[in-house]
This record gives sequence, C-alpha cells and structure tokens, in this order.
Amino acid sequence: MNRRQKTLITTVCAALLLIGVIASALLIGDEWIATNFEIKNEPPSLAHPFGTDWLGRDMLARTVKGLSVSIGVGVIAATASAVIALILGMLAATMGKAVDNAISWLIDLLLGVPHLVALILISFTLGGGLKGVVVGIALTHWPSLARVIRAEVMQLRSAEYVLISRKLGKSRWWIASRHILPHMIPQLLVGFVLLFPHAILHEASISFLGLGLSPHQPAIGIILSESMRYLTSGMWWLAFFPGISLLMIVRAFDILGENLRKLTDPHSAHQ
Amino acid sequence: MTTQSGETPLLEVQDLCVSFVQYTSCLRQSTLQVINNLSVSIYPGEIVAVVGSSGSGKSLLAHAVLGILPGNASFSGVISYDGQALSPKRQAELRGREIALIPQSVNYLDPLMRVGKQVQTSVHAGNPRSRQREVFERYQLSPDVDKLFPFQLSGGMARRVLVSTALVSGARLVIADEPTPGLDDAAVAETLDYFRDLADQGCGVMLITHDIEAALKIADRIAVFYAGSTVEIAPVQDFAGEGEALRHPYTKALWRALPQNGFEPMPGSQPLPHELPAGCVFQPRCRQATSECSTERPAMRTVREGMVRCIHAT
Amino acid sequence: MLLEAKQIGFRYERDRWVLRGVDISIQSGEIVGLVGPSGFGKSTLCRILAGYEKPYEGQVLLDGAPLPASGFHPVQLVFQHPEKAVNPRWRMSRTLAEGGALDESLLGQLGIQQEWLGRFPNELSGGELQRFCVARALNPQTRFLLADEMTAMLDTITQAQIWQVVKEVARRENLGVLVISHEKNLIHRLCTRVVDLTITNEKT
Repeated sequence: MNRRQKTLITTVCAALLLIGVIASALLIGDEWIATNFEIKNEPPSLAHPFGTDWLGRDMLARTVKGLSVSIGVGVIAATASAVIALILGMLAATMGKAVDNAISWLIDLLLGVPHLVALILISFTLGGGLKGVVVGIALTHWPSLARVIRAEVMQLRSAEYVLISRKLGKSRWWIASRHILPHMIPQLLVGFVLLFPHAILHEASISFLGLGLSPHQPAIGIILSESMRYLTSGMWWLAFFPGISLLMIVRAFDILGENLRKLTDPHSAHQ
Repeated sequence: MTTQSGETPLLEVQDLCVSFVQYTSCLRQSTLQVINNLSVSIYPGEIVAVVGSSGSGKSLLAHAVLGILPGNASFSGVISYDGQALSPKRQAELRGREIALIPQSVNYLDPLMRVGKQVQTSVHAGNPRSRQREVFERYQLSPDVDKLFPFQLSGGMARRVLVSTALVSGARLVIADEPTPGLDDAAVAETLDYFRDLADQGCGVMLITHDIEAALKIADRIAVFYAGSTVEIAPVQDFAGEGEALRHPYTKALWRALPQNGFEPMPGSQPLPHELPAGCVFQPRCRQATSECSTERPAMRTVREGMVRCIHAT
Repeated sequence: MLLEAKQIGFRYERDRWVLRGVDISIQSGEIVGLVGPSGFGKSTLCRILAGYEKPYEGQVLLDGAPLPASGFHPVQLVFQHPEKAVNPRWRMSRTLAEGGALDESLLGQLGIQQEWLGRFPNELSGGELQRFCVARALNPQTRFLLADEMTAMLDTITQAQIWQVVKEVARRENLGVLVISHEKNLIHRLCTRVVDLTITNEKT
C-alpha cells in the first residue's frame, strides 16, 4: 500500500472516531451518568466496559462525554491558532521590515517559553474555565506554524513566476489570492492537523493541574485528575480507559498530520 | 586517446535502467522508467561527455554510479568499476576515494569550514596538509586562500577549489555534473582545461553536460543522450563538416542545429518517459524511419569505432 | 519605438557597483546581442530594463517616457530556467493565459501541442516549458523581448526551433529583441548589432 492510500485510510478512521465520539456524546443523556450507589466502584464488566466510579457513574459514558468536550476545545483552539499563524506569517512576510521584526520577536519569545507555562499564565489571567483554556491554547500554539508560513511566503514572493506575474500586469491582490494563498493551503492543513492533538493534550494537562476547565465540565483532564485519588486503592480502570482513549485520538491525528506533511513535501511526495 | 581494446575500462555501465515510483493518478502508483538500457564505458585517461538536454535524466546516470539515487528510485543493469561489479556497499567505500563528483557550484561546499581544511578532509593517503598545499600550488591558489570561507571565493577560485577536492582525493574516476552553465567563455575554457589535466594524469572523466560545444572542445568521445538512453557514442573527430561521419540521425540533427552549422531546427520534441513511442524512440521525428523502426527498439551496435542505436546507420 | 537606458548605475551594497554609467538603446525590429564576462551585470541590466529592479542612478525610457510601474509591462524578460518561471501548481493553459489572450497560431509555430495545455509543469521537459514561457512573453502587447540565456539549458535543436520562431515574430510584429548569451556563435547568428558590457560598463 502506498502512502496516499494509507493516509486516506487514517483520515477515514480518524474522522469516524471523531464523529463517533461526538455523536454518541450527543446521544448519551444525563441518566447515563447519574449517580447510582448500588454499582459504585465496579471493575470493567460487560454492562460497564470501562467500569464505574466512586459514585456509580458509567465510565464509558463519562469518557465519551469528556472526549467530546476535549475535541471541541481542540478544534476551536487549533483553528484559531492556525488562523493567527496564517495572518501573522503573511503580515511578517509582506508588510516590511519593522512588522517582520516585531512578529519574529514575538515568535521567538513564545517559542522560548515552554507551552505549558505560557498556557497556565494566560488561562489563569483569564480566570480559567473553557474560555481561558481555548484562548490560552490559541495564543500559545501558533508560533511554529507562523514561522513556517512566513518563510514560505517570503520565498514565494521572490519566486520568478510571481515576479513575472506582476510584469504581466497582475495586481498584488490578484497575485496574493491566485499564486500565494493556494500555496499556503496544504501547509495550513498540515499545521492544523498537527496542532489539534497538541491542543487536546495541553487542555487535558492544564485541566488535570486544576487550572483549566472546572470540575463540573466532564473533560478528560478532569476525569484523569479526579481518578488519581482512587488509583492507590486499586481502581486502575478509572484512569486507564480515559487515558488510552485520549492517547488514541491524539495518536490518530499525529499519524494523519505526519502523512499529510510527507505528501506535501516534494522530497517524499512520491513514496 | 581512446583505447577500445585490450585495457579494461575504468567504468563500464551495461544496460542500466533507472525507474521511479510515482503517483500517476490520485491513489495509484506506477513505475516510470527514466533511463532505459543505457551503456557507456570510460577508460583511464579519457574524457567521455554525456550530452543531453537538461531534465532528460542524464544526472541520474551519475547518481546511479555513485549510489546516491533517491529513495523512490530503483535500478537494474550492471555497473562495474575496474572490472568488478559495484554493489551498494562497494559504492559507499569508493565514493569520495576512488570515484569523485565535481559539483556545479560552491553551494556544495560546507559554508562554515575554511576551504583549506575542507579540501584536507578529502585526502585519504599521505599528509593531508602538504597534499592539499601541493594541489593548491598547482592551481595557483596562494596560502591565503586556505583560510577563506567558500562565500569569499571568486568564481574562478571556487572552480579551482572544487577541482582540487577531486584531485587530492586520489580519485581515478571523476564525474562532473553540469560544470559549465552560467560561465562565460574564458571560465568555461579554464574549467575544461582542469578536466583535461585530470585525464592527462590518468583519471577517467565523465562529463555530464547539455552544452555540446563545451563537450566537443575537450572530450575524446561523446555519448548522445536522447529520451532516456544513449543513441550514439562517437569519437569527437566525427563531429565535423556536415556531420557525414555521425551515425545517428538525431546526432546529425543536433550537430546541424548548432548556430554555426546552419541553425536548422528539426520539428517535434523529445518524448517524455511515460510517452515513449513503440520501437525506436526517435522514429516519430526521423526522416529515414521505415516500418521496422516502429516495431522493435534497436539495440546498441558497433559501427565504425563508435556505437549507435539505429538499424539504418552505416 | 525606442527603448533606451541612460547612465544606469546599480549596486546591491555600498561601493560595490554592478553597473555604472551604462547606456544602451534598442530600436523596434532590431535584434541586439549583449555580451560580457560573468559578473559584468548583463542579467542585472536586463532586470532593470524589464522593470524587475529600480536603477540606483539613471533611467529607462520607452520613446522618451518612463515605463509603467503597474499593468502590462511592454518589455518582457524570458529567464534561463523555465521550471522556475511557471507556477508548479497550475496547468499550462492557465499559465499561458496569465498575460491575456494570445495569438493561437503562435502555439502551433512553437510546436506546443494541444495535449500539453492540460498538463502540470512537472509533466513537461525544460524545452517544452521554455516554449510556453516564450509564448507567454510574446503577448500582443509586448514591444520588446529580452532573452537572458533563454536557450542555454536546452539542446541545440530546441534552441534553433525557438529562435527561428522568435525571429519570425519579431520581424512580423516589429519587436525589439535583446539577446544575452555566452555562446558567441548564437549571438553572431542572430544579432544585427552587439553591445559589449566590458566597454560600456564603467564600474570600477
């Protein structure tokens, strides 16, 4: 099987996984995660494949709900991040030296600070919660993509066919929309797909640390952090299944992004 | 001069085929044969020029000999060096020692390393320092040049440094890939002199170029590359007059299209690897073509001191 | 029409002039050769004439008036490497149409086949691509054509094909042509007049 076929299959799998999680989260009513002390702390069984927690809630239902919240956060934050990267990258490359210096400085600054630290600071300042997390992730994840886009646009601007286009009487706007932007779309797509798992993981990490989503929003980070208290009493399933599901989604998108990147890279396009 | 018999060739390429795996439609890959049944040999002390238009895949011949084809390429056929078939392992051992590549420009040098030092890293026998100095001396590169970085070299110095790299390595086979584009007459002549010099010391030189005039100036034999293969290998003295001594109609057309020889264009264009015609690859443009030409691809055969891939050649 | 460059000076950095005090003029219908060793600013002069660079000193005039800064440039330059001069993501028909409508018969004369129009640049050879670049530059609005080593990378047959067409079109449309080539024989074959930059360029 060649890389394009593999990529198509991973895309379909990842999409099915996502749709499955979101659709089931919508179908699962609150009664599924109602407390039921008769069945609390049960290990995985046929009735409850992921087991139940200390309040007798079904862990499968909680995991699915948690994942759908995380995916939502991931999609919004990664999209925002990619848009910021595109705008700043294009501005840096086209608006002259001063703008370029300012944006490059900002990129270096943000890349110098570990994501998690910057993320904690931003979402703490915004008072935590869903808004804090989304804004935090969006504001911290754009720099590496922006840098790629800036370099790409700069190179394109001096490409012979772009210069020729100008002499054939085409306006700057025409060139930007016909020659430059279409070139950026694959970059942007790959950037987005690679940002997405990052965003989810970071959302989970800061929620786990208690600085992200609040406990009544059943995100994966919250589930993991709550279950830590019960791990020592042997209730492994509380953290194991949600953790594995998170990992699977992240990994699926990682593979997808990596394949897309290789296909758009001329050096490995024909593998 | 050419010694066709007795001696073993330094490099012998027999029936080389190079193919690439490429996407032909959205999801299907297929193999595209870019070089087909190419044969060429080089004897010590000889310069063989492989002449073909740019993008025709002739650089792949160099890459195949050096064992540096890209990942999605595969090849068949026999490449032997000094009478022994080359394996990937042996290619890696010989690369840079026995077989050297002279690249097109200083961009292939390490930009952060002083050139003297850099040339010393190519020395495999004897004292690197004195060997490098000796070769630089020969090309009138003063001791100050040793301390320069590649970007500080003038065009002429850069060419001498690149040639020195091949010379100090003690390589017996030198492959030069397009060494002349963008150079003016004087610089071309200078570069070509260095190759003649290498050959006169007993090296075999393979000059890969699209510039037939440069090739005619120094090569002993010319291999003409057309649509993925060599159509003719001719001694350089056959390129004279109206081209009567040449064997293949394409070579004749190439010769007559030179601005000083008539500037006559021939209609049509070279077929690309995926659209090769049946039979002889040149047959659709050939005036002498007969029905046999479109049925079978002609094999390389010897005609008067040269080789040709045409059934009508005499 | 007359394309003239007066007292052109150009430099990329202080005190390192690439061109200084260069005068050149080309009449419509003339084929002029531009020669000189590498580093004498042949390509830079071409880029200035075609409006790709602004001269540091001096000016370029077309019939006494400055050239337009936007819109179709009447002086078109054809580069050495056609692979870089076309958008790799566009089909050839789109590239060809970029400068506006073309004379259909030109495609036939240049040997451009109909099925090439639907292809992407990586599906064509250098010689085939260069024919497209020449066709695109020979727009009806073009008054002067500059060829910077236009056929240096091509085989002699393709070189002869392309130049025969350019000569023919230049004669018919009364275009001025400037030829840069390191090949003396080509210059001798094509040009009615030769400008030597080693004499004209006063850079020191």
